[in-house]
Amino acid sequence: MTATTTDEGFVVFDHVQKSYDGETLVVKDLNLSIAKGEFLTMLGPSGSGKTTCLMMLAGFETATNGRILLDGTNINELPPHKRGIGMVFQNYALFPHMTVAENLSFLLEVRGMGKAEREAKVMRALDMVQMGKFAHRRPAQMSGGQQQRVALARALVFDPALVLMDEPLGALDKQLREHMQFEIKHLHDSLGLTVVYVTHDQGEALTMSDRVAVFNDGRIQQLAPPDELYERPKNSFVAGFIGENNKLPGTVEELDGEKCLVRLATGEIIDATPVNIRHKGQQTLVSIRPERVEFKPEMMPPGAHMIGAEVLEVIYMGDIFRTRMKVAGSTDFVMKSRNTIGQTKLHPGQHVKIGWHPADARALEPM
Amino acid sequence: MTDATADLSHAPLTTADGRPLKAALAESLAVRRRRAFLLVAPLFLFILISFIVPIGQMLLKSVYNDGFSAHVPALSAWFDANPPGSAIDETAYAALHADLVEMKRNKTAGVAGTRVNYDVAGTRSLFTAAARGAEKMEPPYKEAFLKLDKKWGDPNVWRAMRSAASPFTMDFYLAANDLKRDAEGAIVPVPEGQAVYKKLMLRTLTLSLEITAICLLIGFPIAHLLATLPMRKAMLLMIFVLLPFWTSLLVRTTAWMVLLQQQGVLNDLLVWIGVIDDKGRIQMIYNQMGTIIAMTHILLPFTILPLYSVMKTIPPSYVRAARSLGATSWTAFRRVYLPQTLPGVGAGGLLVFILAMGYYITPALVGGADGQMISNLIAFHMQKSLNWSLAAALAAQLLIVVLIFFWIYDRIVGIDKMKLG
Repeated sequence: MTATTTDEGFVVFDHVQKSYDGETLVVKDLNLSIAKGEFLTMLGPSGSGKTTCLMMLAGFETATNGRILLDGTNINELPPHKRGIGMVFQNYALFPHMTVAENLSFLLEVRGMGKAEREAKVMRALDMVQMGKFAHRRPAQMSGGQQQRVALARALVFDPALVLMDEPLGALDKQLREHMQFEIKHLHDSLGLTVVYVTHDQGEALTMSDRVAVFNDGRIQQLAPPDELYERPKNSFVAGFIGENNKLPGTVEELDGEKCLVRLATGEIIDATPVNIRHKGQQTLVSIRPERVEFKPEMMPPGAHMIGAEVLEVIYMGDIFRTRMKVAGSTDFVMKSRNTIGQTKLHPGQHVKIGWHPADARALEPM
Repeated sequence: MTDATADLSHAPLTTADGRPLKAALAESLAVRRRRAFLLVAPLFLFILISFIVPIGQMLLKSVYNDGFSAHVPALSAWFDANPPGSAIDETAYAALHADLVEMKRNKTAGVAGTRVNYDVAGTRSLFTAAARGAEKMEPPYKEAFLKLDKKWGDPNVWRAMRSAASPFTMDFYLAANDLKRDAEGAIVPVPEGQAVYKKLMLRTLTLSLEITAICLLIGFPIAHLLATLPMRKAMLLMIFVLLPFWTSLLVRTTAWMVLLQQQGVLNDLLVWIGVIDDKGRIQMIYNQMGTIIAMTHILLPFTILPLYSVMKTIPPSYVRAARSLGATSWTAFRRVYLPQTLPGVGAGGLLVFILAMGYYITPALVGGADGQMISNLIAFHMQKSLNWSLAAALAAQLLIVVLIFFWIYDRIVGIDKMKLG
C-alpha cells in the first residue's frame, strides 16, 4: 500500500475498494479526508456507491481493500458499536416498542451510564431539537418531522464526534425538509460536529455542506465546496448532475490557455473556458447554466460571440421566465431570465441572438 | 369556535331536506349491511350447525344425563317427598319395584343401571338381575330386595340412585377431577389407585408447554433465517418448512415410528457409529419422548409461520440503528429485535399450545403408556366405555384450561397484538 499524505484528517478513506460479488467494484479506489468539524455531503445517483461508503464508515460493511481511519486509528476491524458514531437513518429507525425517552436512554444505558445522568442527557438532547415535551410518546404517535427530530436527538445524545446521516430528510415534504436542513446545519455549527451526509438531492447538498463529494460509478467525480461545484464543474457528469445545464457538442477550434473557441455542429463559433481539454480539434461538450445565458447584446462583454436562436416556448414560473429555444440544431436549450420590471418579453417563433460570458461556458471532455 | 357553530352542535343535525342525519345515515348504509349479512350467512349457518351447536350439546351432556331419571318416575317421586337422610323404608322399595317392573317391560334396566354404575361400580348387574325377577317379587319389598342382593341395603347405592334420579348433576365433573361422593354425600377423593384424570390433565399441560417451548426454540432461528435470506433461498427454505405440512399426519407419524423404534433407523445408526451397543438401544418411541418428538415436528410450522410473518415486517434498520449507536449485537437482539417479535412468539406459542392440548392421533400412535394425553382418554370414554357424559366433562374442562391460557395471554400480551400471518 502506498503511503498517503491524507492521514491527518479526522475521517480518512485510504485507497478503499469494495466489492460485493468479487466481480465488480462498487467503490473504486476511494481517497477522501474529512476534517474535524466539517459538513461533508456524499451526493450521487442511486447505485453510485455513496451509501456503501457510509455503511463501511458505520461498520456494517467491511472494506474489501484499503483502510478507513477515524481520528488516526484504523477502524476496519472495529465492530459498529465500538466506533462511537452517531447515525441518523433514512426512515428514522426509532425503536417502535420504546418511548422517545427510552429510545435515547437505551443508548446511554448500554454505555453503562447511571440513571440520573441518563435522564439529564436525554432531556438535554430532546430540548436541543425542541422535542422535550414528547419524551413519553411512542414513535407511532408522532409525525414524520417529529420522528426525524427524535432520530436526530438520538444520534447526538451520547455526544459523538462524528454523525452519519443517510438521506435523513427523504421522507419529509418539501417545506419541512427545507426547515430541517436549516436546523441540522445549525446543530452542526453550534455543536462543532463532524457530519457525513448522504443524499441524492442536490439542492440539499448545496445548501448544507462545507464540501460535496459527487459520486458516480464508484468514484468521486468532484470534491469541492458547493459554489465551486455549481459554477466550475470538473466534468460533464458533474455539470449535468448538479443543477440544470445546456450542453452543446462541438470541436475545439482554437485553444489559448484560459480561453478557447468551439465550432458547433452547425458551423457557429462560441466562446468557452477549457476545463479538461488538451488539444485543438478535440471533441467537446460545452456546458452553460440557463441563468447565465443572455439575449441582450448590451449585457455581453466586448468581443464575445453571439449565435442565433429561435424561441420555441416561454414558461412563466413566477420569479423567472423559462425560455426553451432552438440553438445549433438542438431544441432543448433553456434560458432563464429574471421576472423584473421592464424585462423584455419573448414570444414563440421570435428569432434572437444569444451569448454568454466566456467564463460561464465550460468546455468539457464528453463522457 | 364561533357562536354560530357552537349553537349548531346542540341541535340534532339534519340533512338538507330536514330528515335527522342519523336516520339518513342508517338508511343509506342499510343496503350495504344487508348485503354483508347475506355474504356471511352461509358461513355463519355452517359454524352454527357444525360447531356451536355440537359444543353446546357437549357442554350440556357433561351436566345432564337422564339415563336413570327418565326410567324411574315412582322412585323420583319418593325422593322428592323424602329429603336426603330419611330412612329407606318400605315405600321406597315399593317405588323401586314399580319402576323395575316397568323397566323389565321396556328393556331399559341396563340403561338405568349403567348410569348408577358410573357412580358406584358394579351396580349395573344389580338392576338387570332385579328387573328380571321383579314381576314375581312379593311384598314386603324391602326384604325381597335384600334377599335378592344385600347391596340393595347399601346406603351408598341409594345415595347414588337419589343423585341419578335428577338428570342435572355435577357428578361427572367430580369424576373428571378424581373426586366422588361418599355414602353421606360428602365430596372425597377417589382411592389412590383409581385417580387418573388429574394426573393426566397435568401431564397434558406439561407436555403441551414443553412442546410449545421446543417449537419456539427451534422455530425462532428458522423464521429469522426465512425473513432475512434473499427471496430465492427463502422460498426454497419455506418449501422445506411447508413440505411436512402438506404430508398426511398419519404418514408423518408412522415415519417417526420407523425412525425412532428400537430396531429403527436412528438406533441402528447409533449402534453402527458405536455410541451405544446393541443391548443398549434407546427407547425413543411409545413413551413421552416419542410424543414430544413427533408432535414438535408436526406443530413446528404453526410457530414458524406467525413468527416469519412478524419478522418479515421488522426492517433491519432497527438492529442496525441499535448497533451503530452503541449496542452490542446481543443487546441489540435482546432489547430491540426480540421485543418486536413478541406478537409472533405469542401467536405461534398460543397456537401450538392450544393444538397440543387437544392432540389425539399422534400421542395415540406413538405415545405408548406414559405418552398419552387427556384427549386419548376422552376418546376412550367416547368409543369404549361409552360414558359420554364423563367424556364431555373432561372435554369441557380441557376447553376451560385452554380459555384460561387464552385469557392469560390476553392480559400479558394483548390479543389484538396477535399476528397469525
